[in-house]
Amino acid sequence: MTPNRTQIIPIGPYHPLQEEPEFFKLHVEGEKVVKLDIEIGYNHRGIEKLAEGLTYDQVPFLVERVCGICSTSHPFACVNAIEDVGGFDIPERAKYIRTFVGELERIHSHLLWLGLAGHFLGYNTVWMWAWKYREPVLDCFELLTGNRNHYAMFKPGGVRRDFEDEDLPTAMRILDGLERPLLMFAKIAMADPVLQARLKNVGVLTYEDCVELGALGPTSRASGVPWDVRRDHPYAAYDLVEWDVVTTENGDVFDKVVVRVLEMLESVKICKQCLEKLREVRDGIDANYKEIPPGEGIGHHEAPRGEVFHYVRSDGSNRPIRYKIRAPSFMNVPTNNRAVVGYTVSDATITLAAIDPCYCCTERTIVVDADSGKQLMGWKELLRLSQEKTRKLMEKYKSRMDRVWI
Amino acid sequence: MSIVQGIGYLVIGFLAAAIIGMFAHWFDRKITARVQWRVGPPFFQPVYDLVKLLAKEVIVPEGASRFLFLSAPLFGLAAVSVVSALLIRTVIFPQQTFLGDLIVVIYLLTIPSQAVILGAFASANPLASLGGSREMKLILSYELPFVLAILVPVIKAGETIKLGVILQHQATEGAVIASISGVIAFVISLICMQAKLAKVPFDVPEAETEIMGGAYIEYSGAALGLFKLTQWMMMFVVPFFLMMLFIGAVNWRQSWLNIVWAALIYIGILLFITLVRNTNPRLRIDQIMKFFWAKITPIAIVAVILAFLGL
Repeated sequence: MTPNRTQIIPIGPYHPLQEEPEFFKLHVEGEKVVKLDIEIGYNHRGIEKLAEGLTYDQVPFLVERVCGICSTSHPFACVNAIEDVGGFDIPERAKYIRTFVGELERIHSHLLWLGLAGHFLGYNTVWMWAWKYREPVLDCFELLTGNRNHYAMFKPGGVRRDFEDEDLPTAMRILDGLERPLLMFAKIAMADPVLQARLKNVGVLTYEDCVELGALGPTSRASGVPWDVRRDHPYAAYDLVEWDVVTTENGDVFDKVVVRVLEMLESVKICKQCLEKLREVRDGIDANYKEIPPGEGIGHHEAPRGEVFHYVRSDGSNRPIRYKIRAPSFMNVPTNNRAVVGYTVSDATITLAAIDPCYCCTERTIVVDADSGKQLMGWKELLRLSQEKTRKLMEKYKSRMDRVWI
Repeated sequence: MSIVQGIGYLVIGFLAAAIIGMFAHWFDRKITARVQWRVGPPFFQPVYDLVKLLAKEVIVPEGASRFLFLSAPLFGLAAVSVVSALLIRTVIFPQQTFLGDLIVVIYLLTIPSQAVILGAFASANPLASLGGSREMKLILSYELPFVLAILVPVIKAGETIKLGVILQHQATEGAVIASISGVIAFVISLICMQAKLAKVPFDVPEAETEIMGGAYIEYSGAALGLFKLTQWMMMFVVPFFLMMLFIGAVNWRQSWLNIVWAALIYIGILLFITLVRNTNPRLRIDQIMKFFWAKITPIAIVAVILAFLGL
């Protein structure tokens, strides 16, 4: 093979496939992908550093903005981490509300992914239909939390708003109405021969690949790895309700669709149980903790894309001195190296999308020398660089900046 | 036929195909929208799109072959206009056709696809050349079963390659589709038409989410507009060609009502194209080649044999 036989097909930094900036260099021979270069890091926002400047009450609002789709997963993990510092317990009603919001979000996120996956395959009808059935889910959010996407429900020690009793039957009706379309999607996926031709045995991740690379969420569960932090390390009300971890065996894109569709049905089940319990359990929604003691805490949440991990260190003041986020896409994006290589360009696009990537959650910055692998810049140098840049910008746009600050 | 007459036919052919093609495009988008719980575009949207594209700047990418890049859309448009003129004239005067016009039509119908390939390779973009090579494989896939399917009406009409004779034969003896081989061949040609029009599941040369419009990626402004117009005109020309071969198109001498009947059949075919494209995902190019060569071509051969046996 001579080097000039391979051609580079760029996917990104701006590409209709994915709505965030990312860059996949597909080295192809004809249509076959022989090598993949992953370049992310176009959208680093410095959330962790920002978190150090905010109080514990404000941090959930900040981390909610990490991702627009799983916008409750980060606050969920965040409050788990903060509560872990002091070993706090929260009222049972707040637990059910948290679980309900987390699961309803999984439904809306998976439906969104399902629609996009259809779009990537040129199956725009699935796209529109999935998003049509996602609409009542968002309505349900608006009804119960007041917001369609960023719910701002979580606070350390409980939740911010209670569910009204008169809204619960409507929410129940919306959940009942979801079951039929979800079963329909399951049936479409199982029965459509063309869909199977496109998705079966495409982008296969084996059990070993998943374990080795630490793949998370539906990506690993489609390969038969039964990891689910909701069951393995229960928090909120996940140990108080009945549900199953969905796994399939083949690890191809088709199985990832199946896992997500079945997971949505499990989520409907959990949500319904939560609503039932919310009729009876009335022990308040907030434990009203005033002080966060010095110490460290970790928090998990099984986000729609996999386990979100938050770490917080407290020195006893009212704000964290170190905050650390690891989003699931950070673990899932490298699996593309196994799943994409060896298949065609057509397969590559749906495989890249099959991990349901969320790049802006994943972004982090480190400067290394590519040849030696030596780290050139660490936290302190990057911070200094950023502050210098800000200072330069402020001098350059001084007149405009003044207006912005006012 | 004088030159003036010839130009007259060309203009009529172009206008008819452009207007009906724009309607077909609007119909396609509207039905798609309704299937997908959307509202859909207003009736004149294709006109707005075309006018806007024609008025916009044409950007020729650096490193592209300027002449080929800009002339490729014109080749396609010219070919499809000639086919349209030829078909319309044949329907009006079925006696006055020349020997082998069927072959000319089949030949000219591949030129829009070849124009796409030409433009793709001229634009010096890796995604475009991928799209171009896919278009080439697509032609290789569907052309054989398409020609085999067309052989059925040729055999039925007494082994003629004159379109006019095929039309007259159907006017007197009944439509080709009224036989077993006719039905099989018609269905096959409908599937080939879907590929010829590069609609889902065969839209691999464009494949927006894979190769960002593929062959058309570098096109902008009027050049893109002409490509789009060619695509829309194909949505009139190809179904109309199939209607002539299998249903006898518009038998307007018998009764004026037949024109309404033909229009309904045409809309039915459009509906078929639209529904197929809305209920299928995009296939891979290797799957398309396997589908056409391993599944459709043998069935087409069976249809030809049945036609020989007079079924």
